[in-house]
Amino acid sequence: MTHLVLNELSQTYSNTDKPALDRLNLDIKSGMLNALLGPSGCGKTTAMKMIAGILTPTSGDILFDGKSVLAIPAERRGAVMVFQNYLLFPYMSVGENVGFGLKMARMNKATIEKKVLEMLELVQLPGVQNRKPSQLSGGQQQRIALARALIVEPKVLLLDEPLSNLDAHLRDEMRELIRDIQRKMGITTVFVTHDQEEAVMLADKIALIFEGVLQQYDEPDVFYNQPGSLRAAKFFGGVNFLDGEYAANQMTTELGTFSAPRSSLDTGPGVLSIRPEDIEFGTTNDGDNTISARVNSHVYVGTYTKYKIDVNDFRFEVIAEANTKESFPDGSNVTIRFPADKIWILPKG
Amino acid sequence: MNRIIRWFAMTMIIIWVVAPFIPLWLWSFSLRWRFPNLLPEVWSPRAWLYLLKPSSGVLDATIDSLVIAVVVTVVSVAIAIPAGRALGLYRFRGKRFMEFLILAPTIIPGLASVFGVHGLFLRYHLANSLVGVILVHLISSVTYATMVMWGVFSNYNPEFEEQGRVLGANPIRNFRYVTWPAIFPGIVVAALFSFLLSWYQYLLTLIIGGGKVQTLAMLLFNFARSGDRPVAGALSIIFMIPALIVLFVTSRYLTGENAAVSGLGGGR
Repeated sequence: MTHLVLNELSQTYSNTDKPALDRLNLDIKSGMLNALLGPSGCGKTTAMKMIAGILTPTSGDILFDGKSVLAIPAERRGAVMVFQNYLLFPYMSVGENVGFGLKMARMNKATIEKKVLEMLELVQLPGVQNRKPSQLSGGQQQRIALARALIVEPKVLLLDEPLSNLDAHLRDEMRELIRDIQRKMGITTVFVTHDQEEAVMLADKIALIFEGVLQQYDEPDVFYNQPGSLRAAKFFGGVNFLDGEYAANQMTTELGTFSAPRSSLDTGPGVLSIRPEDIEFGTTNDGDNTISARVNSHVYVGTYTKYKIDVNDFRFEVIAEANTKESFPDGSNVTIRFPADKIWILPKG
Repeated sequence: MNRIIRWFAMTMIIIWVVAPFIPLWLWSFSLRWRFPNLLPEVWSPRAWLYLLKPSSGVLDATIDSLVIAVVVTVVSVAIAIPAGRALGLYRFRGKRFMEFLILAPTIIPGLASVFGVHGLFLRYHLANSLVGVILVHLISSVTYATMVMWGVFSNYNPEFEEQGRVLGANPIRNFRYVTWPAIFPGIVVAALFSFLLSWYQYLLTLIIGGGKVQTLAMLLFNFARSGDRPVAGALSIIFMIPALIVLFVTSRYLTGENAAVSGLGGGR
């Protein structure tokens, strides 16, 4: 159980002026599962390597339980990283791979063997200790890499894109396994991903990073309901945006004025955002926040139908549940309503 | 059909590899063997008995050859590992120039450079000494060993070392347990090349050793020139034995799964 704090953590590589990671501040509570989320090259793996100790920060500090660990070399820091491509040592058996950390800690052979078997049990791969890593599938290699990290009981567990090399069905399995083990062992865990869905499903809290700069650090649902910026909203699948002027709980746009009590700004130019599944569909032009529109096209996706709706020159995406009785053919005139409590006003730009 | 091809291949290999030895064996046991006889007219173990006598100098020359070759091998590999790593893994200023310098001895004839070196060695009292011979053997051995290790490290993923460190291996144990096994096949091949290059070296030994350093290669040349073919034949066989042993021991690293070029490969 380790309380991990990153304080103004920065990294500037010698061949550029622009920092790969710019003054990252994170306070990660003991035993939490945290995601560093962002497009590739945003600096998240850099952050991870600095926590592990295999990369020295240009400036800033890393604290485990309130104490700086910068002076502690990687091999004694207790932050174990599982790399994206597993990196199982090819000339060792699976058992030797899993026991590697204990051998480095000069534990005796019998204890190592016993612990290796326990770990293989934990990652649900009993009996593979005598095989070579090359004889295992990608998903199995991933579990062995996880077992090899967990066996040393790390203070902080770092996972680099733990699910990205796996097939879709293996991904679900692996996600549950990571979640279960992490809960059971209570290890403070940070994982890196570029996939917002993955982050939402696995993490207690998500740090969204763009170009080395932390954008927002919040629980997953906040990124959907109250994203901090237009970019964050777009990254989390937001598609419906409308520029306007915000004042006194009212958003004035080209398509009219909408009442919008939920906002990230008090007054001034802003962007109205609403998620596709929150827009209501109808034919009667009554109630507030309602505008006339025309169905442009639709796609049936099984559990729901996705509509493209035109209002003047603006296009909105609307998702309607499959069990909605009514269906709206392309070209038909409809009305759409933006429920006031579902609108979220973002700062402009 | 397949069997015919296999038999044909086997026969060709035997002819190629074994046949050249047959005249050597025949010579070594002959006393008189003149044209156009297919076999020696008079058989005798004279050549072998002569070489086994301490006065023949074979034992001393073998020891000298071995000492030189082993030292050259150890020094070459010790230089080749960091040099190969730098060339294969890192980018640095003047890398192109370094690459050229490393490769230069393969282009410039040894004889040309050794005359320049000779003057220098005379001044520093390195000529006519074992140390001088070792240094001059290193010119080509270091080059080839570095080329081998360069290839190994070009195909090497240094993240394995980062993985070792975060799992608790200090730099020394990390080299021992992570790096060393990964590059070991390459080291074997680099060592083999260094050893053979030194073992078979004649001309540079002659010039720098000035006749004071007698290696097996020099002894063999002397007998071959003196016209004593039985002794030259027997000595040729002795000359080849250590090299064949080294080749045999290391052959499994030259091909297949253990080949030096595999590096850590398949990390992905």
